[in-house]
Amino acid sequence: MSLTDKDKAAVKALWSRISKSADAIGADALSRMLVVYPQTKTYFSHWADLSSGSAQVKGHGKTIMGGVALAVAKIDDLTNGLLDLSEKHAFQIKVDPANFKILAHCLLLVIANLFPADFTPEAHVSMDKFLGNVALGISERYR
Amino acid sequence: MVEWTDFERATIKDIFSKIDSGVVGPAALSRCLVVYPWTQRYFGKFGNLYNAAAITSNPNVSAHGKVVLEGLTLAVQNMDDIKATYAELSVLHSEKLQVDPDNFRLLADCLTIVVAAQMGKDFTPEVQAAFQKFLAVVVSALGKQYH
Repeated sequence: MSLTDKDKAAVKALWSRISKSADAIGADALSRMLVVYPQTKTYFSHWADLSSGSAQVKGHGKTIMGGVALAVAKIDDLTNGLLDLSEKHAFQIKVDPANFKILAHCLLLVIANLFPADFTPEAHVSMDKFLGNVALGISERYR
Repeated sequence: MVEWTDFERATIKDIFSKIDSGVVGPAALSRCLVVYPWTQRYFGKFGNLYNAAAITSNPNVSAHGKVVLEGLTLAVQNMDDIKATYAELSVLHSEKLQVDPDNFRLLADCLTIVVAAQMGKDFTPEVQAAFQKFLAVVVSALGKQYH
C-alpha cells in the first residue's frame, strides 16, 4: 500500500499542525504502549522507571518522534532515508517488527486524542499508511 | 471466564454512559470504511461509498453505526458472560453475513480512536487499556462460532 501524492500531502499537512507537540505526543504514545501492551516492557528492562512521567519515557518519546520527523522529511524515499535507523533496529536493538504496528496504533490514538479536529478519516488513512511504510523502512535490514 | 477488576468494570460503564451512540457509532463505522476500504465489501447495498465525504454522510452507514454500538451495550450489560451473550450474533456474522473476523479488530481500533478523540484528557492510558481489553473480549466472542 504505497503512498500516493495525496497521502504525502495529507501527512505533511497533519505533521505541520502537530509537530510543535512532537515531544508530548511521543512521550504519551510510548507510555500508553507500555501500559496497554505490557509485553513491550521487555525491551526496557534496563530502565529504572517505566512510569508515564519518567525522564526516560519522555526522553525516549522525543527520540522516537525525531525518527518520525526524519521519515516525514524523507517521505519520497523512506527505504533509503531510514537505512541507518533500520540497521540500528536490526542489528543493535532487535525489536520484533510486530511491535511497530502496536506503536503506530498508539501514535494514531494520541494524535486523535490531542488533535481531534485535524485527525479526520482522510488524515487517519494517510497517516496509517505512512506509519506502515515507515515500519517497512525500519524492517528493511532485518534479514 | 474473563476476570474484570473493579476499575475495568467502572471504566467501561463510565465510557458507555458518556458517549453518544448516535455519534460514536456512525463515526467509528464510517472511519473504518475510509481507513480500511476493503471493509466496504460487506456494504454493497449501502449506496454511495465513493469517497470519505460520501461515506461520512451516507445515511445507511450512520444507521448501521448506531446498530453496531447498540450491540456493544449488550456486552456492557453482560460483562461476565460476553461469550454466551454474543453466541447468536457470532452465528449471524459467520453464517449469514460472512464477515472475515479480522474486520472486527479493525472496527474495534477505529472505535478506540473515535472514543479517544471524544474523551480528551479522560482517556488515560489505564482507561485505554480497559477499553481495549473490553473490545478484545467482544471481538473474540464474535469470532467464537465460526467454523
